[in-house]
Amino acid sequence: MSIDAPVRLALKGITKRFPGVLANDDVSFSVRAGEIHALLGENGAGKSTLVKMIYGIMQPDAGTIAWNGEIVTIANPKAARRLGIGMVFQHFSLFDAMTVLENIALGLDAKLTQRELEAKVRAVMSQYGLVLDPHRVVATLSVGERQRIEIVRALLLDPQLLIMDEPTSVLTPQEVEALFAVLRRLSAEGRSILYISHKLHEIRALCHTATILRGGKLVATLDPRVETPRSMAEKMIGASLKDISKDPNRRFGKERLLVSGLTTLAEDEFGVAIDSASFAVRAGEILGIAGVAGNGQNALLDALSGEILGTHGDAVRLDGTPIGLMGTTARRRLGLCAVPEERNGHAAVGDFSLSDNSVLTARDRLKMVLAGLINSGAAKTYTGKVIAQFAVKALGPHSTAGSLSGGNLQKYIMGREILQNPSVLVVSQPTWGVDAGAAAAIHQALVDLAAAGSAIVVISQDLDELLALSDTLLVINGGRLSKPLDVGAVSIEEIGLLMGGVHGTEDEVHIAPGGQIAVPA
Amino acid sequence: MNSALIVPFIVTLVAASTPILLAALGELVVEKSGVLNLGVEGMMLIGAMTTAAVMLTTGNPYLAIGSAALAGAFAALLFAVLTLSLSANQVATGLALTILGTGLTALVGRPFTGQPVPTLGPLFPPALANDPIWRVIFGYSPLVYLSLAMVVAVWFFLMRTRSGLILRAIGESDTSAHSIGYPVIGVRYLAVLFGGAMAGIGGACFPLMLTPQWAERLTAGRGWIALALVVFAAWRPYRLLAGAYIFGLLMTLEVYAKTSGGGFRIFPSEFWAALPYLATILVLVLISLSRKGSTSAPACLGKPFSPAG
Repeated sequence: MSIDAPVRLALKGITKRFPGVLANDDVSFSVRAGEIHALLGENGAGKSTLVKMIYGIMQPDAGTIAWNGEIVTIANPKAARRLGIGMVFQHFSLFDAMTVLENIALGLDAKLTQRELEAKVRAVMSQYGLVLDPHRVVATLSVGERQRIEIVRALLLDPQLLIMDEPTSVLTPQEVEALFAVLRRLSAEGRSILYISHKLHEIRALCHTATILRGGKLVATLDPRVETPRSMAEKMIGASLKDISKDPNRRFGKERLLVSGLTTLAEDEFGVAIDSASFAVRAGEILGIAGVAGNGQNALLDALSGEILGTHGDAVRLDGTPIGLMGTTARRRLGLCAVPEERNGHAAVGDFSLSDNSVLTARDRLKMVLAGLINSGAAKTYTGKVIAQFAVKALGPHSTAGSLSGGNLQKYIMGREILQNPSVLVVSQPTWGVDAGAAAAIHQALVDLAAAGSAIVVISQDLDELLALSDTLLVINGGRLSKPLDVGAVSIEEIGLLMGGVHGTEDEVHIAPGGQIAVPA
Repeated sequence: MNSALIVPFIVTLVAASTPILLAALGELVVEKSGVLNLGVEGMMLIGAMTTAAVMLTTGNPYLAIGSAALAGAFAALLFAVLTLSLSANQVATGLALTILGTGLTALVGRPFTGQPVPTLGPLFPPALANDPIWRVIFGYSPLVYLSLAMVVAVWFFLMRTRSGLILRAIGESDTSAHSIGYPVIGVRYLAVLFGGAMAGIGGACFPLMLTPQWAERLTAGRGWIALALVVFAAWRPYRLLAGAYIFGLLMTLEVYAKTSGGGFRIFPSEFWAALPYLATILVLVLISLSRKGSTSAPACLGKPFSPAG
């Protein structure tokens, strides 16, 4: 992109008010032709509202949108697409029971026959290296493949501006690299991209400009390539970022969680089974489990939490007690708490209040049920404590889990388990979709829990998170665990090779600056 | 059995199946758009009563069918305003619609009760329609041919047209359809009105070809069978045709069991009356076994949608 490229989109004084909240307050910025422009901010900073107005899903209360120099009113998404604005949503707007081709047809306004459409789709896919079978039913596709549908759908409209809402939060490192290649190509063709993300490494690597929002207001427009992730994060939260404080002289106690020869069956034909996993976690230790998504992380979590039972009781031991054949309730009672990856529907019930959600996992440990009756006062008090200590933005213990934003719900779920003071805590993706400030708070809470003598297992796809947090690291691939690696001593190349070994490639693993790992696809 | 027995049997069967098929086709489109309207029975009664009233005052069967469709659609509009615009609970509103239809038609239809209604005879000339063999194909009222044409039309609309694709998409994920920019509520209004019109025409079958008069609760629960049929057919128009005819067969067996003797005497007549319901249970069990829990129901069926946010 050149600096004198024409301005494609210019926002001026955009303001949007919801009952009780000023979502956008006098926001002005512009995007040039071919520019990859990042939109940064914490959860609730107003990024999504802003792009919804650009894409015509909502209308601004005040301010103007200029497109190629002319002031326009974007009444609906159809009008946006007619102007040449495409959007890829964070929560995909796909129809699971329909085929790829039907989904693409639904996103197009042009009336094409199925054959014409298929030809066009195949042309776009080969032009940008997006591999998909047009006749597969969406429900059978991986998350990365689903995103490709959205991208193909947007590209078929030949957009001049492509809006991407947190496109990489669900992708594997390989998929991220492939996506970036496509985006750089689009930029080189003169198309502008408005890129919303939490991942500051990625923004530095990809974007030309970044606009930072905080509490609905624009706080800075800057060049991310000359900033550090830390400086950008601090502008986002409006305060200095705290480092995780760990006691450098910490010692580990006795083994609290002992896993030996843990084996599971694959849940379905696409599932990955755990193949005789053995490891130990000591009191005060944080064990990280790294790996590319879909290599058995979910099965491992379920086998540890008790959702899947082991083949024998000794497969999992908690403080010496064999718990391999116990279910979740019994394991929780003995002190093993778990947080699964999927927060809404697995870790929490969306239609239940936060208070009722607390009862679901904390009822035995915190005596919330007596003689079959729920002690709702105890549940409410405990939930209030979680909300206060983890700075959950919620109206109170009575608000439903589904009404919270993803990041806030995650804070609540983490808080609900950590404050139960478990002997062993197993968490998957503890900070997925959580902004920098809240992520730091969750990390610190995990470190503090370990310092108090708990053993913690963190399963994550975010290598930066694992390197900052854990004492020991295991890499999972194809359901098999590597030998334990000492985080202080292991090289990032070694981790990358173990992760890359998943695909059995002999190719070298490339380490991008900033610790990003890319495996040639 | 010879043709002298078999042909009248089939003719009765097809006629008995037709109102269920028409109403179920309408409900299938409604459910494909993600709305569950349990008011089919009420809308059928409104259609049946309207038909009898128009026939007794004008004598024009096509005007009667048209009025039945309009009356059914009007009842459906009431449902649509309550559930789609005011986000009322669909199950409760649908049940209320059936209760309203039952009561309203009993009240308004009182002057017409028991009066013989002229029927709508076969579409084809008597030479074909009364032929002892060929009447199995040509011997039906136009409503029967209409129902068969609608099976093809509904299938073509849903599976082969862009509008049908949009309707299915809205039933599959209303939020996705909204974010792409499709008018979820508008499409659902049209689907519900279509469902009402089809239920109304289904109701018209009773005075015009099955029981040539109006009586309270004339449709005798056929609206509920139509609702079950949609599930039974896994939301597919052709399976709906097969399902409706299977139910027609069972209902015809019941009629034959009551009027004739012979082989039917093996079981008491209550058995034959219960057969359609036993068959429903059996088929539902078989369907759920074969699909191992996964259903082909539209994912948003019965969920209210509000476009805010």
